Amino acid sequence: MANGEEKIVLQYQVPGDDFTRAGEASADLKARLKRLGFPAAAVRKAAISLYEGEINLAIHAGGGEIRVEVTPERIEMWLDDEGPGIPDIALAMSEGYSTAPDEVRSLGFGAGMGLPNMKKYTDSFEITSEVGRGTHIRMAVEIGRS
Amino acid sequence: MKISDIIQILDAQLLTPQADLDREVHTACGSDMMSDVLAFVKDQSVLITGLNNPQVVRTADMMDMICIVFVRGKRPDAGILALANERDMAILCTEHTMFTACGLLYEQGLRGGVH
Repeated sequence: MANGEEKIVLQYQVPGDDFTRAGEASADLKARLKRLGFPAAAVRKAAISLYEGEINLAIHAGGGEIRVEVTPERIEMWLDDEGPGIPDIALAMSEGYSTAPDEVRSLGFGAGMGLPNMKKYTDSFEITSEVGRGTHIRMAVEIGRS
Repeated sequence: MKISDIIQILDAQLLTPQADLDREVHTACGSDMMSDVLAFVKDQSVLITGLNNPQVVRTADMMDMICIVFVRGKRPDAGILALANERDMAILCTEHTMFTACGLLYEQGLRGGVH
């Protein structure tokens, strides 16, 4: 990258009890990627995907951890939580399906677009989940494809 | 049109006095569901919404939007305005409903950016 480093690693904690703070990690990532000179389309795709992930961690999982690795080739993101897990991942991945309570909908989320948006905007997306144990997501935006 | 034109068309109040009102806007999106806003990555400049919380500013920021119009007289609090100021966003507030606000802007040439 511009400063000659091979890889930048970023880590964020998403609180589960403060919805207003969800989005801080993606805003920070977006600002950093812009400063590093990544293409605008790649920056936006990575930032939106991480933002949706942060919202999910805050509203569904009681918080969680984010790790981002940035190289000149890709922006790779891991989201890990110890929340309730997802019983049916295929169902959760379908547009419009949501288990969010009315309270979350009144905040502007819970339309069942979070996971589909994350998959749509990334070049690779993997999700594993175990009920009662938590959910793990790895997703990446390839710079050459943006 | 410019942000200053939106203020005039919607008889809106500017809540971020330092915003640059000469910035050009070509497309807009009206929604209270932030995930729907995030579902369409196109260059949209203005978000028209009745939702009033900090995620409105964060969502607009993710989409590189430069102006948010709060309808039905909703007034964002100081925390929301501070988030917008950090991002050089213009925050407007109008008494019009969502439908009317969108209609007035469409009538004057502002379009949706989805297609």
